[in-house]
Amino acid sequence: MERYEANREARTVILDRLRTALDDRPKPPPVRRAYRRERPAGLDVVGRFAERVADYEATVLRVYDAQDLLSAASDLLREAGVSRLAVPTGSRLAWLTRLGVELVVDSPPLDNDALGEIDAVATGCALAIAETGTIVLDTGPDQGRRALTLLPDYHLCVVRADQVVGTVPEAVARLNPRRPQTWISGPSATSDIELERVEGVHGPRTLHVLLTG
Amino acid sequence: MTTSVRREPTFVGMPPFPEAAHAELANDVQRANLRAATHTIRAKRDAVVAEVPDWELLRRAGEAIKDDVLAGLPGYLERLEVAVRAAGGVVHWARDAAEANTIVVAIARAKGVDEVVKVKSMATEEIELNNALARAGIHAWETDLAQLIVQLGEDLPSHILVPAIHRNRAEIREIFVREMGRFGRPAPERLSDEPGALAAAARRHLREKFLRAKVAVSGGNFAIADTGTVCVVESEGNGRMCLTLPETLITVLGVEKLLPTWSDLEVFLQLLPRSATGERMNPYTSMWTGVTPGDGPQEFHLILLDNGRSDVLADPVGRQALRCIRCSACLNVCPVYERTGGHAYGSVYPGPIGAILTPQLRGIAAHRVDAQTASLPFASSLCGACFDACPVRIDIPEVLVHLRAQLVDGERGPRDRAEEVGMKAVRWAFEKPWRIGFAQHVAGVGGRFARHGVIGRVPLPKRFTGPVSAWFADRDAPAPPAESFRSWYKRTDGGQEE
Repeated sequence: MERYEANREARTVILDRLRTALDDRPKPPPVRRAYRRERPAGLDVVGRFAERVADYEATVLRVYDAQDLLSAASDLLREAGVSRLAVPTGSRLAWLTRLGVELVVDSPPLDNDALGEIDAVATGCALAIAETGTIVLDTGPDQGRRALTLLPDYHLCVVRADQVVGTVPEAVARLNPRRPQTWISGPSATSDIELERVEGVHGPRTLHVLLTG
Repeated sequence: MTTSVRREPTFVGMPPFPEAAHAELANDVQRANLRAATHTIRAKRDAVVAEVPDWELLRRAGEAIKDDVLAGLPGYLERLEVAVRAAGGVVHWARDAAEANTIVVAIARAKGVDEVVKVKSMATEEIELNNALARAGIHAWETDLAQLIVQLGEDLPSHILVPAIHRNRAEIREIFVREMGRFGRPAPERLSDEPGALAAAARRHLREKFLRAKVAVSGGNFAIADTGTVCVVESEGNGRMCLTLPETLITVLGVEKLLPTWSDLEVFLQLLPRSATGERMNPYTSMWTGVTPGDGPQEFHLILLDNGRSDVLADPVGRQALRCIRCSACLNVCPVYERTGGHAYGSVYPGPIGAILTPQLRGIAAHRVDAQTASLPFASSLCGACFDACPVRIDIPEVLVHLRAQLVDGERGPRDRAEEVGMKAVRWAFEKPWRIGFAQHVAGVGGRFARHGVIGRVPLPKRFTGPVSAWFADRDAPAPPAESFRSWYKRTDGGQEE
C-alpha cells in the first residue's frame, strides 16, 4: 500500500529511538509463572461455572438429557417472547428445528439490518471458564461469525459440561489465537453512570445459558 | 454535513495543578459524585482481588512480562509487524500525534466517509484524533457510554475508565435530552434519570450509527507480538459493534502495548478486569488477528504510535510507567484524585499514573516543560496507595520523587537557593561529630525565641524578612532544648551523676 511505503521513514526513526533509549541494556528478571494454572483440586467446575454466570444476572439452567434440553430451551424462548431465532450452520444445533420457533440460518450470511431485526440467536461455544463465569466463542461451526451473537437482543448459549475449564490459563492454553474470539461474561453491561451496574447496553441484553450433561 | 462537525474542547491552556485543584475543590457536586464513585469501585475491586489467592504472584508476573517487553521493544514490534501483515493487516508507524492523525484521516478519506464510529481509547484521546477528523470534515462518534456523555456535553474526560465519573445521573439526563437530537436520534421525550433508562437511550441513539458506519477506530489493550492478535477489553458491546460491523477497522496502539506471546494473556486477562471495574471478568473481550474472510472488517490498519514513548523508555527509573495497562485502579484509591477529580491534572491521563506519565510523554527529561506539566509530579502526598493497587507494580511514588528531582535539578541556577544553603549546612554539620555539637549549641541559643516550647514568628526587624522569617511566619517548630543530649551525657556521665 502506497501510504504504508511512505511511512517507512517513521518506522526507521521510531525503532532507532527505541534502541537508543535502551542503551543501558536493561536486564529484566525472568518471568516466574508461579501463579495457579489449573483448577483447585476437587472443585466442581461445572457447578462453579453455573454459579459465576448467575452472578452476572444471566439465567443458567442445567439439563441432563436431550428431552430436558428441548423443553428447557422451549420454555426459555417462550418466556422471552422469541419468535424468530438466528442460528449458525453447525450440525450440532440440528435439534433446534424441533423448538417450534422460526429458524433463520445465517447462510448465506444475513446483512446487518436483517440480523438486527431478528429477536434472538442460539449458539454453542468453544469453551467456558468456571472461575470467571466466561463463555468463549471462536466462530466455530456451531457459533457462527461474530456479528451473529451481537445484533439480536437475546442470546441462548448451549455449553456442554465437558467444555468447562477451571481457570483463565487453562482456557488460554486451549484456544487458537488465529481464530477471532469473543469472551462473554454475562449480558452486556455498563457501570458508566455513578458506577452502578446496568445490564444490557449494545450487545444482547439477555443471556441464557443451558448447561448440558 | 461536513461543515458542521463540532470541535471538542482540549486540555490546552489548563492552569498548573494547585490552581486547577483549587477551582475543582469548590465544586461540591463533583466532589460528592467522585467520593461515591471511587468508594464504590474500591470496595468492588477489594472483594474480587481478595478471592484470588495468587494475586501477588500474578502482579509479579505481569510486572516481569511488561519489563521484558520494554527491554526488547524494537524486536517485539518487528515481530508484531510481520505477524499482522502475514494475517492480512496493514501496519503503519507514527512518530507523533500529527502523523497518526494524518494516517487515520487519509484512510477515512480513501474510504470516502464523513463519519467514523469509535471505541473509547486513551491513545486516540491523547492524539486528539476527533479534532483532527473534525478539521477534515469527518464526524467521530464516540460509542462508549461515558465517552458519549463527555462528547455530547462538550466536556473533558476526567477518568481513564469512566471518563464521565464526575457527572451524576441528573446531569447526564439533561445532557442527553439537550444534545442527542442534534447529532442523531433524540432522547425519548420523558426520559428518566434512572441509569437503566439512560443506557437504553444511548443504545437507541447509537444503533443507527453502528449499522451504517463503514469505518471504525479503536485502541487496543494488548497486542501479541508472536501472533499479531489484538485484544480489546470492554463492557457494553459498543466495542464489539465497532470491531465487527464496519468494513474497515483502524486501531491506534501505543508501542508499549505489546505482549510477547499468546499465553501471556492468561496473566493480563486476570489482572485487568479485577483491577479496572472490580469484576471477575468484563462482559466482552474481543480478539482478532489481521483479517478473517467472511467475518468482521475486511480491511485492518494497525497504527503503532510513539508520541513520546521512546523518551519515557530512555529513563531507567521512569520507564516503568510504560508497564501501565490503563486499569485506573490508582485513580480510584488516590486521596488526591478523589478530592480534585481528573480535570485538575490537565491531561487525558489523570490521577497518579497521569502525574508520572504525562510529564514524561511531554519530554520532562529532555527539555524544560511548561508550568502545568511541571506541577504534576507534585500532585501527590506520596502515600503509596497507588503502588499497592497497581496490577503491574508501577512504583508511582518512586517515579514522582525522581521527576521532582529532575525538575529541581533543571531549575538549579548559578547561585544556590536558601533551601540548598540549608541542606549544605546540614551536610557540613553531620560530617564531623564536633560540628554537630557546635550546631546544637547554636540551636540552644535559637531556643530563646521560643514561647511555650515552640518557635513561632521570629522577632526580626521588618527589613530582614528573608526566608527564615517567611518559614516561621506560617509554622511552629519545637524549640531546641537549652542543653543537647550530647552535652548532658558528657556532663552527667550518662545520667550516673545527676
